[in-house]
Amino acid sequence: MIEHFLVGVALFLGLGGGYQIARSRLRGKRSERPRAVHRILLPFTGTEISRRALDAALRLAHAEGATLMPAYLAEVPKQLPLECAIPAEAAKAMPMLEAIEQRATGQGVPVDSRIERGRTYRHALKRLLGQESFDRVVVSATATGAAGLSGDDLVWLLDKAPAEVLILRPGPTDASRLRALI
Amino acid sequence: MDRGRYKIFLGMAAGVGKTYRMLQEGRAEQAAGRDVAVGYLEPHKREETSAQARGLEVVPRRAVRYRDVEVEEMDLPAVLGRQPDLALIDELAHSNPPGLEHEKRCEDIEDVLAAGIDVFSTVNVQHLESLNDRVAELTGVRVRETVPDSVLGTADEVVLIDLTPEALVARLRDGKIYPGENIDAALNNFFRIENLAALREVSLRQVAEDVESKRLTLHVAEPLGTREERLAAEVPRAVGERILALVRPQPSSQRLVRRAWRSAQRLGADLDLLWVKPPGRPIAGDEDRQVTALRQLASVLGATLLIEEHDDLVAAAARVVRERGTTYLMVGESLPRRGAARLREPLPQRLMHATPAGVDVRIVAHRGDKAEGEGS
Repeated sequence: MIEHFLVGVALFLGLGGGYQIARSRLRGKRSERPRAVHRILLPFTGTEISRRALDAALRLAHAEGATLMPAYLAEVPKQLPLECAIPAEAAKAMPMLEAIEQRATGQGVPVDSRIERGRTYRHALKRLLGQESFDRVVVSATATGAAGLSGDDLVWLLDKAPAEVLILRPGPTDASRLRALI
Repeated sequence: MDRGRYKIFLGMAAGVGKTYRMLQEGRAEQAAGRDVAVGYLEPHKREETSAQARGLEVVPRRAVRYRDVEVEEMDLPAVLGRQPDLALIDELAHSNPPGLEHEKRCEDIEDVLAAGIDVFSTVNVQHLESLNDRVAELTGVRVRETVPDSVLGTADEVVLIDLTPEALVARLRDGKIYPGENIDAALNNFFRIENLAALREVSLRQVAEDVESKRLTLHVAEPLGTREERLAAEVPRAVGERILALVRPQPSSQRLVRRAWRSAQRLGADLDLLWVKPPGRPIAGDEDRQVTALRQLASVLGATLLIEEHDDLVAAAARVVRERGTTYLMVGESLPRRGAARLREPLPQRLMHATPAGVDVRIVAHRGDKAEGEGS
């Protein structure tokens, strides 16, 4: 009887130990795996963003297991220092970033957002390109030439961005935009 | 010789009645038997202000040539020679032309105070250095003449001359601030209701903070005896709110910061971000990038990012709470605890026990990614 008990205990300890060793090795392998920088930049201005651009960025991020980096570009007037606090701009950016994050999380896409300051939107984008690394940039062109990134800015982006740039051509659903209540 | 007493009349904009009130109080002092003299007065051709100055002795100004133009400035030696009990000196943020004793009038005032003369003076909130950028962003107008915020700290009394934006605009329309030809331009630029409302808020907060800092200084200087007395003394500290958010260099902390910032905006509170970094661990790679991102976010929001090296998150946070006068502590949601960690008290409870009574602890839920780990 006692032998059976001892065999049972030995089996239990052996299986348990084996499980723990296997688990720790698996963890070790995971942590040794280099973390790829795989991020998709989604720059935007103002208090709305093209839903097509956001959806495209989210689809790509989801398919590639990438992190979405929505970046609010803020213009700082020339009479202010570039690095000054911009609460009025932040008040516009925050609900937008929150709304984007909510949508991304719903699709299982991790988000790492930014607010970047510049004298112009292009300047803010340039600063962002200099500080961060990413693999793709998703922007939408507007047929109306509305506020935000201009055609010239997009040409500049194509020329300067050290990443693949995806410019969405103007489409019939451009009127559908993600807005945040401020 | 004892330094004179210093009283500053602070306003949100020109025309709220700072100079008028300064003269009014000067007259009251004179009526009470004190020797009062006007060191410098800028009536801006306002009849009501000029009327208040009648009957007060005015120390003559001195003429100074600056860029081929003759300008009139306060005559500091004459004021010191006159030696009144109380000197009324308008517009302390004024910059003197080269060649005078000091660059700034507020420095002239320091000489007057050092001579044992009491001083009443005036300033608008946008002239304070730390608020200059903020006011410029709010109003689109930048003033060039600034003074260090410490000027307010040196005053024995700061009196806020408050007026609703609507009342100030009405005064402007009635021609009580600027002559008729300038009224429309002023209404379309600086004197818009939204500008004035923002300036009023900044002024009110500035005075509230000044009052609070003076009270805290008093509190440190005069420690109280019994526990009940100390607790009673803690109560008024909560008037000025300050939020501390415990962050880590991870993307999920950004949501916590956004939440904390919005709460700070609603409460009119200052925001501090604290990362308690394990001692001796170098910041590199992805963590370094996230720290930079947090630093930039703090700068954009006007928050302060504090990095403390400590192996005990709760002890470090409690110390910062005490030092900064924090009234709200915000933490991210913790992961479900496993193993021996289950036996330990949860982080929010530990924080509540370690921080002074009256500090609220709020937990901000993760939206999704639970893989990043707990905030402790």
